[in-house]
Amino acid sequence: MKLEALGVSKSFGGGDTVRQVIADLTLKVEFPNVLTLLGPSGGGKSTLLRLFAGLELPDAGSLILDEVVVPREETPLRAYRRSLGVVFQSFNLFPHMSAFQNVLLPLTAVHGLDKDSGSDRATEVMRRLGLADHGDKLPSQLSGGQRQRVAIARAMAIRPRFLLFDEPTSALDPEMTAEVLSLIAELRESGTPMLLVTHEMAFARRISDQVAYLANGKVLECTSSGNFFACPTTEQARRFLEKVLSY
Amino acid sequence: MRLGLLLIEPPGKPASGWIIGIWVVMLTLIVGLFCSGVICGVAGTTLGGWESVWFYRDAFWKGWLLTIILSIFSLAGSLLIGLVAALARRSIILPLRSLALLYVEVIRGTPLLVQILVFYYVVANGMGLENRLVAGVIILSLFSGAYLAEMIRAGIEAIPSSQIESARSIGLTAFQSYRFVIAPQALRHILPPLAGQFASLIKDSSLLSIIGIGEFTLAAQQVNSATFRTLESYLPLAIGYLALTFPVSLLSKLLEKSMRYEA
Repeated sequence: MKLEALGVSKSFGGGDTVRQVIADLTLKVEFPNVLTLLGPSGGGKSTLLRLFAGLELPDAGSLILDEVVVPREETPLRAYRRSLGVVFQSFNLFPHMSAFQNVLLPLTAVHGLDKDSGSDRATEVMRRLGLADHGDKLPSQLSGGQRQRVAIARAMAIRPRFLLFDEPTSALDPEMTAEVLSLIAELRESGTPMLLVTHEMAFARRISDQVAYLANGKVLECTSSGNFFACPTTEQARRFLEKVLSY
Repeated sequence: MRLGLLLIEPPGKPASGWIIGIWVVMLTLIVGLFCSGVICGVAGTTLGGWESVWFYRDAFWKGWLLTIILSIFSLAGSLLIGLVAALARRSIILPLRSLALLYVEVIRGTPLLVQILVFYYVVANGMGLENRLVAGVIILSLFSGAYLAEMIRAGIEAIPSSQIESARSIGLTAFQSYRFVIAPQALRHILPPLAGQFASLIKDSSLLSIIGIGEFTLAAQQVNSATFRTLESYLPLAIGYLALTFPVSLLSKLLEKSMRYEA
């Protein structure tokens, strides 16, 4: 998988409260399985992920995914989003639907599967993610870890060409975090490339091929995971690692 | 000062003894006064009075049925108008938004009685609309539609933006988002107040008597003027409305309970 961001800027708000989150950011990176975005809160990691997910449009610059430019018009952008699986921090399951229906909806409504083959696919994915017994439950009847696994199942079921995880464990307690992280580690082996934003440093170190360090809306460093954690080249990244790894 | 305290006692905090005492005394007085009035009135009625009203039971029955029919058609009409106005209020087209806002503000800012008079004697007359029933249904639908529009809008806006984002991220179109994500959730928020609005609609239809629609209230008025029996004519009227609104109110409470789910 090849990701490119060329001179990308993104601001939020208007009038006196404009906040630039991504500032003329350029990133070119190639990786077989996992790219992780690291850095301090507010540094622009999640925004960059959302730009690649097609959920935000850049104010300037362009984003390229495997030689395909992320479109700016709503219709092709929707088609682009359909080819991706996104997992959010707060799960974002549909609370009025059962876990199974949550996984099934994109298959039948968006990807044109009929009810039978869609059901087969959803059942198969849920079984693989250890959710076979939870299909009939509403999200409110599931634990946080189970909810996030359903969200991952929903993203996986459409067989996306790229999976994006936006802080998938930040809303979970340590036990559930472990449950979800081990699942993501397993998914790594399935071959779908992933973009990951996380605060779990040990996990990021183990799972990532490449790491990009973002602060103040810019990529300060982009290198292999081993390199980054062993000897970060910028002063800022070094201090960041010192701080987060000291506990 | 203390009386002020009495009124702003926060819910959930146990009230002290003397506050409860004052409430009991006040409620007893009010309920007692009302009941004694009704009892005196009923005691003043005669068997003959009830008999002469009983003679007109068909008029009551027909009026009551017409009230039900008017209410049901108006409910359907106001749902349609409310939905369109709510969507227009959220439209990206500015004139559409302004128009919807104007409609809601005008309707909610004027009394229903005035709307009935203006619509029937000015608008309907000008358009050559002769049928009172149709005019009545249109007026009630327009009236109730403005309130429903605000309920529907509030219901839609109560859905967290993360839900809409999630719908976008799986690639649903705007219409599909409404159909699969927004509408089913909004409906659960809206149904209880919707049932309440339906009860209001039933009661408000009584005002249509002013333009000579032979619904329940007009029927009772006619019976009253034919028999000169006031209480015997109007007591069944009140009970007849209660018989309609009470089940609706029960339904609303039931819906409120069963529709609850954690987000």
